Amino acid sequence: MKGMTIIVKKITQIVAPLIFVYGIYIVIHGHLSPGGGFAGGVIMAGAFILQILANGSILSKLRKQESGLEFLESAAILGFLIIAGLGLLISSSLTFFFNFLSKGTIGKLISAGVIPIENVVVGLEVCAAITTIFIALAVFEKEEKE
Amino acid sequence: MEIYLVILLVLMILGSLYSLNARDLLSAVISYGIVGFGLVICFLILQAPDLAIVQIVVEVITLIIMIAVIKNTTRDEIKKQTNYKAAVNFLMIVIFALVFFYVFDMITGALTSFGDHFTRMSTAYIAGARETGSANLVTGVIFDFRAYDTLGEATVLFTAVIGILTILRIKGRKK
Amino acid sequence: MILFVLCLILFIIGLYGVVTKRNLIKIILGIAIMEYSVNLFFILIGYVKGATAPILGKAFPKGPFVDPLPQAMILTAIVIGLATTALLLAVAIRLYRKYGTFDIRKINSLKG
Repeated sequence: MKGMTIIVKKITQIVAPLIFVYGIYIVIHGHLSPGGGFAGGVIMAGAFILQILANGSILSKLRKQESGLEFLESAAILGFLIIAGLGLLISSSLTFFFNFLSKGTIGKLISAGVIPIENVVVGLEVCAAITTIFIALAVFEKEEKE
Repeated sequence: MEIYLVILLVLMILGSLYSLNARDLLSAVISYGIVGFGLVICFLILQAPDLAIVQIVVEVITLIIMIAVIKNTTRDEIKKQTNYKAAVNFLMIVIFALVFFYVFDMITGALTSFGDHFTRMSTAYIAGARETGSANLVTGVIFDFRAYDTLGEATVLFTAVIGILTILRIKGRKK
Repeated sequence: MILFVLCLILFIIGLYGVVTKRNLIKIILGIAIMEYSVNLFFILIGYVKGATAPILGKAFPKGPFVDPLPQAMILTAIVIGLATTALLLAVAIRLYRKYGTFDIRKINSLKG
């Protein structure tokens, strides 16, 4: 997949970090306004996809990035299971997914117990999964010719 | 209020009909975007902002992947068939439609009409929403009352990625 | 009531795409249209006339809320629909590499 002209590359250098920060904002404020882990994760993946589309696909760099993405996705879903299992150990009655941190006042950023941490973990996992899907499906022609 | 939804649904039906009968695969994929984006505005009218955000970004990613696949493989469409098999297919669709309409008629006699909705579970969730501590009720339901479904969804996404990487694997095959 | 019938018509159009067409990409588009119609039907059931979005706060009054349970279920279903469509497209790419066409009448040899 060839890259685009130099105007598109320069504009992408400015715009793609803004999209990434917007995705992080939606993930972190998931319990206060509409959004949450899934929407923010897909927006973060959109920033990566924009970079790949604008600069073309240099295959050696993509292979190194893909192994990092696999590690991130596996670590994120393992973290989700560990948070659920900690609820099993800490609560007095043995319930899975127990909400064990303190719930503050409704409307503040640090509130609602375990829910913001779960939002962040699910957002990371969705971002890694969708970027891997895009690299596997859209860049395959170069891999075939090798 | 209902009239906007009716107009949007008719637009989506026309878009999907054109998308399945197009002579060119690229036109079919682009007019498939009409159905997706019309669904976003339907979700906004039905007071569901969470779903509208997720649907619009997922629709954009789906369009990008489909256009990349079509660009890499082929773009043309197969010639229409004109023998009796086309008539047999059409008759099958008419029979399916009649069966579905009959079953649908039986089912929606038991549903309440559009707009009055009352279930026991949802009133319990709304009344107990302050216990979770989150201001967004949908996030509270996803991550606190029904966290098993979120675990199942993460597993399905993970398995789909493993499946895609296994199907398209190039290296590692010994001739 | 007419809204439910229009949802059913969208579902039948998707089914027409799966049963009748011979191009593999059009079959995948038909499956995706069927998934969209089912998602819309669930949200249509859970709507309450004159209610607001289910978010507590200063901007939203404490009036009647729309049903949050179908929204939570369909949020999961949309992301799973994306994963399913991507998996179908991966199988379609693999078939094109081996046979050179998307026509399902020519993909019928059980070798390899």
